[in-house]
Amino acid sequence: MAELNIRERQAGDVTVLDMGGRITIGEGSVALRSAIRRLLEEGKKNILLNLAGVGYIDSSGIGELVSSYTAIKNQDGQLKLLSLTEKLRDLLTITKLLTVFDAYDTEADALSNFK
Amino acid sequence: MTEQTTRIVLPSHIEAVADAAAAVTGFVENCGVGEAAAFGIDMAVREAVTNAIVHGNQEDEAKAVEVTFNCQEHVLEIEVRDQGEGFDPAEVPDPTDPANILKTSGRGMFLMRSFMDDVRWLTRPDGGTTVRMVKKF
Repeated sequence: MAELNIRERQAGDVTVLDMGGRITIGEGSVALRSAIRRLLEEGKKNILLNLAGVGYIDSSGIGELVSSYTAIKNQDGQLKLLSLTEKLRDLLTITKLLTVFDAYDTEADALSNFK
Repeated sequence: MTEQTTRIVLPSHIEAVADAAAAVTGFVENCGVGEAAAFGIDMAVREAVTNAIVHGNQEDEAKAVEVTFNCQEHVLEIEVRDQGEGFDPAEVPDPTDPANILKTSGRGMFLMRSFMDDVRWLTRPDGGTTVRMVKKF
């Protein structure tokens, strides 16, 4: 079974990635990087990462989220996060990355905040 | 409680991080560590072993990473030893500093310190680095 499963869907101008599994060094981080790179190549620059199914993330995975954020921003796009688990929210809090990422509890709220 | 010790030796490739995590999961269960502390210990071990493999041993298959778990009453001690060149922890920048916040790496040591009660990096006279981490539970 893949370490990280990613399902893509479209909500208006926003591409939603429903993710399940783990974002850790190796396969999980590479899967996220590949997905973001492909979306940017397709011109999809408004991306919402639904992390409800992500039970674990390590420093490599956190780094990959930052890398995704920067890559998307550099192409004048937006990355937002949806449905952080308690543990992931704690991790982003202690690393002070919640000051960088826009994170939302509901998809409707997240989608309405894309410009 | 009877003192327990487990020692594992891992090859220097990234897949071994999962092996270390599996070993620590079983060990902390046997020690009676609660779920919240177990999550942090798992995270710290993954980060320490990742650093040992990637930065310490430079993924050199000729070098090994040794992990030792020791559990006494309400204290868990973990050592991760690599065969690398060593480094000065004081020179690793703070990843929460605004100047570093968008860096894509450099958070592993910070997370280890966040989740464990004490973390020390020791350069061994015979070469290599030992990370010693303590968690009280």
